[in-house]
Amino acid sequence: MKYLTLIFANLRRKKLRTALTVLSIIVAFLLFGYLSAIKTGFTAGVEVAGADRLITRNKVSLINLVPLAHKRDIEAIEGVDLVTHQSWFGGIYQQPTNFFPQFVVEPEPFLDLYPEYVLTEAQKENWLSNRTGVIIGESLVNRFGWKEGDRIPLLSPIWGNVDGTQDWAFDVSAVYEAAEEGVDTSQMFIRYDYFDEATGNIGAVGWYTLRIEDPDQAAEVAADIDRAFANSPDETKTEPEGAFLQGFANQVGNIGFIIGAIVSAVFFTILLVAGNTMAYTVSERTNELAVLKAIGFTDTGVLSLVLGESLVITALGGGLGLLLAWLMVSAGDPTNGALPIFYIPPQDLILGIVLIFALAFVVGIMPARSAMRLQVSDALRR
Amino acid sequence: MFRALSQIVSVTRFSLASLPQRLGSSASAMLGIAGVVAVMVGVLSIAQGIMSTMTGSAKPANVMVLRSGADTEMTSGLGGDEARIITEAPGLARNGDEVLASRELFVIINSPLKSTGTDANVPLRGVDRTAAQVRQDFEIVEGRMFEDGIAEVIVGVGASLEFSGMNLGDSVEIGSERWPVVGIFSTGGGVSESEVWSDARVVQDAFRRGNSYQSIHATLTSPDSFVAFKDALTSDPRLNVSVVTEAEYYAGQSQLLYNLITGLGTLIALIMGLGAIFGALNTMYTAVSSRTREIATLRALGFNSGPVIFSVLAESLLLALAGGLIGAGLAWLAFDGFRAATLNFASFSAITFAFDVNLPLLIAGIFFALVIGFFGGLFPAIRAARTPVAHALREL
Repeated sequence: MKYLTLIFANLRRKKLRTALTVLSIIVAFLLFGYLSAIKTGFTAGVEVAGADRLITRNKVSLINLVPLAHKRDIEAIEGVDLVTHQSWFGGIYQQPTNFFPQFVVEPEPFLDLYPEYVLTEAQKENWLSNRTGVIIGESLVNRFGWKEGDRIPLLSPIWGNVDGTQDWAFDVSAVYEAAEEGVDTSQMFIRYDYFDEATGNIGAVGWYTLRIEDPDQAAEVAADIDRAFANSPDETKTEPEGAFLQGFANQVGNIGFIIGAIVSAVFFTILLVAGNTMAYTVSERTNELAVLKAIGFTDTGVLSLVLGESLVITALGGGLGLLLAWLMVSAGDPTNGALPIFYIPPQDLILGIVLIFALAFVVGIMPARSAMRLQVSDALRR
Repeated sequence: MFRALSQIVSVTRFSLASLPQRLGSSASAMLGIAGVVAVMVGVLSIAQGIMSTMTGSAKPANVMVLRSGADTEMTSGLGGDEARIITEAPGLARNGDEVLASRELFVIINSPLKSTGTDANVPLRGVDRTAAQVRQDFEIVEGRMFEDGIAEVIVGVGASLEFSGMNLGDSVEIGSERWPVVGIFSTGGGVSESEVWSDARVVQDAFRRGNSYQSIHATLTSPDSFVAFKDALTSDPRLNVSVVTEAEYYAGQSQLLYNLITGLGTLIALIMGLGAIFGALNTMYTAVSSRTREIATLRALGFNSGPVIFSVLAESLLLALAGGLIGAGLAWLAFDGFRAATLNFASFSAITFAFDVNLPLLIAGIFFALVIGFFGGLFPAIRAARTPVAHALREL
């Protein structure tokens, strides 16, 4: 307790300096939190990918379709529990900058396979009873002001409608809830039966998503599926959903590395600033520290006094910085739709707290040691 | 006037002379600013690199013809007859008998990135041989051009660097087939260098496209004939197409990525800059307080507050300038020309590019450093000038 009183008395002595140091640490942790949300946005979905889900696509590329006939063959493979398919719709709402993803799905197996999209029974029935019905996520509601019952016109540069135009229209049947953080709520899901009829039964789909019985067997099942179509005109490539999404994120760039480099640069500079201030503060107080020792403070006592001061400053700055980052991230994605998944993952918050203690130690240890080693007689004479 | 000037010069010299005594704290503020500038220049150079790759190499007289309503080559489609009519349109440049127009297909193939080993959407472009004359500065740098009608490819230098198995003598996997790489080509920078090229008819067969194409790339006799060419095509009842200049098309494609990276980069730089201002303020307040007596003495000797303010600001700006130069220099050394690949969302295909640390960016970085230095020095300078002389002399 007496240490705390002393620490706060010391911090109050040069209020401006303390405030500036705390402010610069706030900025460091604000950036740390904000950048971790940006990183999460770029690696969209990897964290919530289901371990028991595989994706089977055309081996040539994702834009090449896979025959609808593959479905029965995949279902026959041992270890496969449920098979459904999705297609990329790629519609434009009013103008291309309003981009958001739309997928064509089979409603019932889709909802079964992806429990992270939650609908009430009534909402589900509503969707199943309307062939032109779609379900959308919360962030589309916020972005375009859509609600249940609205009719959404989309222009698809890829899919011609049966009437020979590229114009489509869908009804919002329901707004799905995300079962956990990290689920993309900027998507629209369209019914396959309606899509298939309107495009004139093309007999091919974008890719298959399937559930397997045992996630540990993922590699074997994937190999079995690809072997089944080897040397056919439509060879496949099957991989776990997480690997697929990670591969996609890798294409965007090595975001993790870039963000890591920026965070290191930020912490290095903050370390310099805060470390320098602490060193200056201690050397300025040589006399007092010597007096403390002279009146009976032990070496470890003085060491913990200085380290404690360092910890109070970094904890204050780090805590406020992380809080501020959380507030800014909650306010939403700064890019207006480009990063639909935007939150600070819990493990990064924990890492932030670890960093607070690490920074406190690194900043405080040198001045604390020099304070501990202070010879009373020398110091008092200075 | 002269008196003020000479006061400024002598006080500033005085304060700079004492700088080595505050080396630790000055260096930390300087390196802090260097870090901010390095990050800012580094991140923005990614956006610059993408922009200059996408737009840098377009010939002013080059045009593209797509199906009306298609926003990218990927979603476009032109029948064989339509393609023929377009290549016979007026206003196209010629080289001897050949019309400088290339009928092209644009698809993607899976090929692993060298850096991660995971698949990338590598653009495969089926072209007419005239494509080599339509593109700016096309040159085979290794090997030879592909032969018509044979399943073989030439690879752009960028693609060859970033994707594995794309060197001369390798073969590219296309579904169950393997097409040998017979040449490496360059187009003097530009987006084509991220692509793999083959004969259009071979690509039509492999991707079951019949006799259809996705776009026509052509060179006009002069940029001025664009309107006439466009009108001729869009008013032709046999066609349903849109005509854009190559420059306009690629600028549009890079806009999204450019804005995203520039926006995020600027936001990060501004927040970091705020942190650096706090650091600089700390350093300068410390500097001023350690010189309280000295400054008070000068004031007592008859120096005005103007020169005192100026000397503190000058010190802060000088530190910031040094930090800015170090940061900009580091960014230039570390990032300029650094090669990377990313996904162009507009075409859903990979582009390879080099980070571009250019002069305007370096100047912007140093200017930002000076802004940080200015704010970091201003308030301590005002405090130095305002401290009552009698009070300050008694201190310490």
